[in-house]
Amino acid sequence: MSKRWANRIALGVLWLCGLTTVVVLGAVIVYVFVRGIGQITPEFVFTKPQGVNAEGGIGPTIVATIYVTGLSMLITTPIAVLAAVYLAEYAVQGKLVNAIRFAADTLAGVPSIVMGLFGFAFFVDAIGLGFSVLSGALALSFLTLPIIMRATEEAIRAVPRFIRWGSYGLGASKWQTVSKIVLPAALPRILTGIILAMGRAVGETAVVIFTMGQAVYMPITPLDSGRSMTVHLYTLAMEGINMDAAYGTALLLMAMILFFNLSTRWLAARNRRLKG
Amino acid sequence: MTVTSAPGQANTPTGAAKFSVRELDFYYGDFHALTGITIDVAENAVTAFIGPSGCGKSTFLRCLNRMNDLIPGARIDGEIMLDGADIYGQGVDPVDLRRRVGMIFQQPNPFPMSIYDNVAFGPRLHGIKKKDELDQIVEQALVRANLWKEVRDIMDRGGLTLSGGQQQRLCIARVLAVQPDVLLMDEPCSAIDPTSVQKVEDLMAELKSSVTVIIVTHNMQQAARVSDETAFFLQEMQGKPSELIEFGRTAEIFTSPHDRRTEDYITGRFG
Repeated sequence: MSKRWANRIALGVLWLCGLTTVVVLGAVIVYVFVRGIGQITPEFVFTKPQGVNAEGGIGPTIVATIYVTGLSMLITTPIAVLAAVYLAEYAVQGKLVNAIRFAADTLAGVPSIVMGLFGFAFFVDAIGLGFSVLSGALALSFLTLPIIMRATEEAIRAVPRFIRWGSYGLGASKWQTVSKIVLPAALPRILTGIILAMGRAVGETAVVIFTMGQAVYMPITPLDSGRSMTVHLYTLAMEGINMDAAYGTALLLMAMILFFNLSTRWLAARNRRLKG
Repeated sequence: MTVTSAPGQANTPTGAAKFSVRELDFYYGDFHALTGITIDVAENAVTAFIGPSGCGKSTFLRCLNRMNDLIPGARIDGEIMLDGADIYGQGVDPVDLRRRVGMIFQQPNPFPMSIYDNVAFGPRLHGIKKKDELDQIVEQALVRANLWKEVRDIMDRGGLTLSGGQQQRLCIARVLAVQPDVLLMDEPCSAIDPTSVQKVEDLMAELKSSVTVIIVTHNMQQAARVSDETAFFLQEMQGKPSELIEFGRTAEIFTSPHDRRTEDYITGRFG
């Protein structure tokens, strides 16, 4: 076989593989869009479910999803960011720090249904928070903590050494350097990590079904139960009671996650512009 | 003229000594990097440290504002006096020292913030908050760094949008804004364009009336052009610590060096 042919075949295979990923992604989006778009009306988005919770709108589930995700981010972000600052800037690099990193990576790999089960046993049952937005948010935090922590650590490490030296050279203390130079410089990448974690939390089903419950009314306090969009979608589809509403919910969910991903790209682009 | 009788017979051909270093040895962990450095650096003059790569001149420079403290395992023996006080003595805070002994690096390193905020960073760090006071300090520092005319109308722009040479002068302005006595420059011109090199060199000549300047440079012509005194460092053998070979007036070092090794280096026989 000639070199020229080998080259053509290699190119063809690579092209085909590339095309496959695009086609699969495109097919999912198009299918959900076509099946779901007819459902998207103001009534569907803003009103509450009717009948056996399969008719009417999905308003409370959207609120519950945003509520539990937002609350979870409020809990996770400060802890994850400060832990990452400690690991990257202060901790003596060695066995202990590597063990913490390994633990974080392992935590990120725990199946979410296991997290859900743990969340149920610990927050719902043992601590007695019941099926609630707060239980859901705390359990989700286990999932998002390692994502934000590792993203922040990478972001901090990516800040060039000589920028820190500039700050030390002016008589800045370590904390002044970290808080005024390193963290602001790392902020766009930290935000990217936070947004990716939010996408993960919004799309999570197993954790919230175990911890937030399935009540379809509007959650008001953090101790109210609620049904996330994913759980609602699961119920609608598994019981086969209203597939159209399931696709409508799926479409909104995908739009939310797409919005998060686009925000990270926008942040990255803005960051490049600022740096000139 | 001061002639010291300390071991090593360091002499200061001009002016009073700003830094007096006696029998300094420096280690990175197990690695013995510098040995027996004894030197008096003159006040309000430009002193150049020259020598081939790896000769310890930058390492020595970084002892003078304790930047080496940031490296785990770094350790010194001997004494470094700044205005007669030991900078490694008890109760000396390296953070305060670095305010008095400013540093410019090879790679221009503006912070990712506006030109104004870059220069105001140091003064703000040390508690100056009033807008008009800051404005005045920022303007003065930029004027002294010969950058004011170029940036006066674009103070809100990011420091990183400037050209490499402008960035380096911005970094100089940033250091001048905290009113240091000494300016350490670690190969400040090796990453910028020739026109900017000229500007930075002019700047050193202007600054030395108020600031003691110490510059590490690879470029011997530059050392000859800008400095009043020159110190030549050399690591004679791989694995052995570097030493200060010769120190004296720049004109003398470059025209009639006393040490054979200095002459060989200056005439380009190695390095």
